[in-house]
Amino acid sequence: MFENAHTLYLWVVLAPLLGSLVAGLGGRVIGRGGAHWATIIGVGASCVLSLVAFNHIVLNDAPAFNETVYTWLATEGFEFKIGFLVDRITVMMMVVVTFVSLMVHIYTIGYMHDDPGYQRFFSYISLFTFSMLMLVMANNFLQLFFGWEAVGLVSYLLIGFWFKRDSATAASLKAFLVNRVGDFGFILGIAAILLYFNSLDYKTVFEAAPALKDATMSIIPGMDWSVMTVIAILLFIGAMGKSAQVPLHVWLPDSMEGPTPISALIHAATMVTAGIFMVARMSPLFELSATALGFVLFIGATTALFMGLLGLVQNDIKRVVAYSTLSQLGYMTAALGVSAYSAGIFHLMTHAFFKALLFLGAGSVIIAMHHEQDMRKMGGLRKYMPITWITSLVGSLALIGAPGFAGFYSKDSIIEAVAHADTDSWVQTYAYLCVLLGVFITALYSFRMYFMVFHGKERMDEHTRAHLHETPWVVTGPLIALAIPSVVIGAMYVDSMVFGDFFKGAIFVLPEHDVLGELARDFHGWWPMIVHALSQPPLWLATAGVVTAWFLYMKRPELPGMIQEKLQLAYRVLVKRYWMDELYTKGFSGLGRAIGRGLWKIGDVLIIDGIFVNGSARLVGWMAGVVRQVQTGYLYHYAFVMIVGLVTLVAVYVIWPDK
Amino acid sequence: MIALSDYLVLAAILFCISLAGIFLNRKNLIVLLMSIELMLLAVNINFIAFSHYLQDTAGQVFVFFILTVAAAEAAIGLAILVVVFRNRRSINVDDMDSLKG
Amino acid sequence: MTFEMPNLLPALPEIFLLTMTCVVLVVDLFTTERTRGATYILAQASLVGTFFITLAGWGEASQLTFNGSFIRDNMGDLLKLFVYVGVFAVFVYSRDYLRARDIYKGEFFVLALFATLGMMVMISAHNFLTVYLGLELLSLCLYAMVAIQRDSLTASEAAMKYFVLGAIASGMLLYGMSMLYGVTGSLDLAEVNRGIAGESRNMIAVFGMVFLIVGVAFKLGAVPFHMWVPDIYHGSPTATTLFIGTAPKLAAFAILMRLLVDGMGTLQTDWTPILVILAVLSMAIGNIVAIAQSNIKRMLAYSTISHVGFLLLGVLAGTAEGYSASLFYVIVYMLMGLGGFGMIILMSRRGFEAENIADFRGLNERSPWFAFMMLILMFSMAGVPPFLGFWAKLTVIAEVVKVDMIWLAAVAVIFSIIGAYYYLRIVKQVYFEASEDSPPLEVAADTRVLLSANALAILVLGLFPAQLLAVCRAVFPSLAS
Repeated sequence: MFENAHTLYLWVVLAPLLGSLVAGLGGRVIGRGGAHWATIIGVGASCVLSLVAFNHIVLNDAPAFNETVYTWLATEGFEFKIGFLVDRITVMMMVVVTFVSLMVHIYTIGYMHDDPGYQRFFSYISLFTFSMLMLVMANNFLQLFFGWEAVGLVSYLLIGFWFKRDSATAASLKAFLVNRVGDFGFILGIAAILLYFNSLDYKTVFEAAPALKDATMSIIPGMDWSVMTVIAILLFIGAMGKSAQVPLHVWLPDSMEGPTPISALIHAATMVTAGIFMVARMSPLFELSATALGFVLFIGATTALFMGLLGLVQNDIKRVVAYSTLSQLGYMTAALGVSAYSAGIFHLMTHAFFKALLFLGAGSVIIAMHHEQDMRKMGGLRKYMPITWITSLVGSLALIGAPGFAGFYSKDSIIEAVAHADTDSWVQTYAYLCVLLGVFITALYSFRMYFMVFHGKERMDEHTRAHLHETPWVVTGPLIALAIPSVVIGAMYVDSMVFGDFFKGAIFVLPEHDVLGELARDFHGWWPMIVHALSQPPLWLATAGVVTAWFLYMKRPELPGMIQEKLQLAYRVLVKRYWMDELYTKGFSGLGRAIGRGLWKIGDVLIIDGIFVNGSARLVGWMAGVVRQVQTGYLYHYAFVMIVGLVTLVAVYVIWPDK
Repeated sequence: MIALSDYLVLAAILFCISLAGIFLNRKNLIVLLMSIELMLLAVNINFIAFSHYLQDTAGQVFVFFILTVAAAEAAIGLAILVVVFRNRRSINVDDMDSLKG
Repeated sequence: MTFEMPNLLPALPEIFLLTMTCVVLVVDLFTTERTRGATYILAQASLVGTFFITLAGWGEASQLTFNGSFIRDNMGDLLKLFVYVGVFAVFVYSRDYLRARDIYKGEFFVLALFATLGMMVMISAHNFLTVYLGLELLSLCLYAMVAIQRDSLTASEAAMKYFVLGAIASGMLLYGMSMLYGVTGSLDLAEVNRGIAGESRNMIAVFGMVFLIVGVAFKLGAVPFHMWVPDIYHGSPTATTLFIGTAPKLAAFAILMRLLVDGMGTLQTDWTPILVILAVLSMAIGNIVAIAQSNIKRMLAYSTISHVGFLLLGVLAGTAEGYSASLFYVIVYMLMGLGGFGMIILMSRRGFEAENIADFRGLNERSPWFAFMMLILMFSMAGVPPFLGFWAKLTVIAEVVKVDMIWLAAVAVIFSIIGAYYYLRIVKQVYFEASEDSPPLEVAADTRVLLSANALAILVLGLFPAQLLAVCRAVFPSLAS
């Protein structure tokens, strides 16, 4: 079947697109059932084909596939192509994306059961799957950008899915605008690549990159910047927008306005990790700039700690998970910053499973609670919803990095990598402190949520309690299916992915940056890793976090309130989210609006609209009115115009030839 | 001996007369049809004159085709004229101005 | 002296269509109003058959036959294939329209098929005589088709105007031919081209050339020889407008190529400035006057004039790339024209002509699907990416830039922006205005499907233009790689 690898990969991408078109355009003809079957079959097919590809490339160790499928446009000396690069990192992403997407599709049948926009929803999420696959399978920057923008668009549509709610439309707009800031950097980066490499093809660019290691450019005269640093940082700004890194993180918590299945799929498991994937894919570029890597590390570590802190004061169950996502994305970014790309990608994969699990678990709780999301009105759900309870516990343990669970291997590898990185600068020390403290914070907010929801006093009202019961199988099925990899996938792949050569040929690390290679010398398998962890701080910090959560929310539930009283200032800082949203709305957008209003009044209304647009429109309209008078309707006038035309041409070209 | 240029001048004059007939005439549509015939005849004179002086028969063959097509054209023109007359009860060129702008 | 049989194979599509048209003519004698479907099906079958016969010869080297007066080459075959597609679609779209107006007669189909034959002869012409015969066959059929609705005041007026102006134009064309014949002593295009290639600039040849260009410009509808276009588009029954507005443009483009490039390639420095004048005037007048129109057929007529201006840009660039860009443009234009006039037919019903732009108000409420199709068509005509019309404009403008006529490219861009206004105005009517009365659209299933396919093709080909562009390049031997 791999004689036709071409066709196979094409179908991986096209199957979800077809499903999306059928569900979106089918309307009444196919009905609700038709919509979910069409999309599930599409994504299911894509998932199976991805597994086949995974088997082929990883297990049978076949060479990477890199071919052009279609030449979209050829201009002077430059061709825009659509092509696929399927190597080890790509197949891993394909499997994760299609698998989580399939689970979310099934889960949606239960979650959106009564929603009038049922078919539209299925159409969107399948379209998302298509876009995400285009993004990860791209073999050139243009297609990457297409996928990048397409997932952004679908994300926008889905956050504002319930467009009748003001908060949802505002959140979707916010997500769109903040992403635009990132995309601006991203497209500048791509433009810079086109400028310096005269190609957008990955292979060509990566091969040519080392030659430009010492090249400089001066945008501001007198300041020479390394070309590679500029390109890498511009690309990373794109990643910051998409992967919600500080300071472009503000859209992600608000994106929880969308339906829960998409929070799981797009805003936890896949789309937000596109930035991480992109940086790892571009490792041959990032490796050439130590400055850019330092920047990446700083941003990642900051996000990991400070976004986790915000999770402590949230009461909305989905927002807690959202801040946890931000924090985990910070961990991945930090790993990229110390050239431990494999560890970052490995965490991306484990995180995709357990975070999707946590979100879907939260969604299951929300269904049971009749769309109540406030944790203060929950409690003691353990006995009503056993499957949700167990799976959520698994997810939380994986998240905090309890030994043996998936998150343990990935997160510990990142912390070790940050600790042993060779940079020896203040950034590294700072980053190490951040990721270490982050472990405690993660455990604290995760188990705060877990205890508040599943244990303790039942704080919901009578009516809700009477109707509490476990959700249907379409909801619990995906939970179980996601819980399994959340436990085992870490032990299965830590060896090959982080310390082995799983990503050979796909990720490039300079020998002097190879911190994981160094760590690999002390790595002897997944069991010794657990034993080793017993003597390391992260495990004890996590334990401390769990115990603290237990103490505060189970043993002495009155304590949190008192702490809040005592630490007014800190509490306000966190509740106000460091005032960053305020800064953006009042500061940047306020200033922007003021300037805009000024420009609008003078520049637009007066000069452009008044003189150029309306003026020229009026002029053209007037001309149209005049010229049409020539068309009198009289035959002899028409003939006359023709003859005049002829005579003029003859006069100009024959009688007066020597122009 | 009549020179080639004499024939060409004659044809040009006929051609101009026919053009003038088309845009000077504002009354009768039939005069328009006559002008068109005249225009084709002017071209025919050109072709025959060239054909004769070039000693090449292709031009004369062309003339036969033009004559044939002109006959067909006249037939269609008259048919349209009849339709126009039926609808308007007039074949005045000046009256045909409902389509304009 | 032996009689030598000319090679008939290159003209097989023409011979087949001629035979079939005669069959249709005879069969139609035996049909009544109720059994007219037989004529219709037979006419469509002839087109399909001709399509496949032409397709069978695709890709072969150029062949000359009938003593060099007839040529079969790939450019001609490509144009012919699209002519069949266009005429086929015209028949499908207009069937219900004709039936509702009691002009669902065999004549319409027979005339249209003969006109198609005329276009094919024009496309394959390689001699002044064949050019003229093809042109007249097409024109005479079109005059009759305009007048086919005999009780209509506007149709008869339009037919008369078309006839008179068309006759003047062919008179001028003939006069030019006679001049060039006099200079070169031959009617064969290749011979003519050799004959006028001299050291000095031959005044009489240039004189004849101007007349010739006027004749072709009239067929294309380039300013100042465009006066017939709005009146005839407006006055004709919409089915005929649909026909006139689409396929004949391909044939007109073909004779422009044959006469100017094959026949007078050596005079290129002389005809380029003339085409520049025609192109600029066409873009200007077409786009500006269209704004003042309230009748949509008239508006599309002016839009056609402006498209002709763009089409000329590629030819006047004088390079093989330029010709292929123009070829692409004319094909794209035909597809858009089919869709645009098809929408007007779609909106019409018995006793009601959807002629005014106001009739498109609130189409979105009546049929969201066709409102979307209209949106695609209008955006494409306006040249909005990623629709096909955008690529068409882009390629011709790029060719003009390549031959260093930047100012002309700038003029083209400005007029295409002005032009966007009136297309978008229709989109506004469709989506943002409420309709006064909104009976649901009554459309036959085949029209529905074909019109949707037509509009979607413009979208899909716009997203993936590479193949069509490549085909348009490959038909020129110097570009085929």
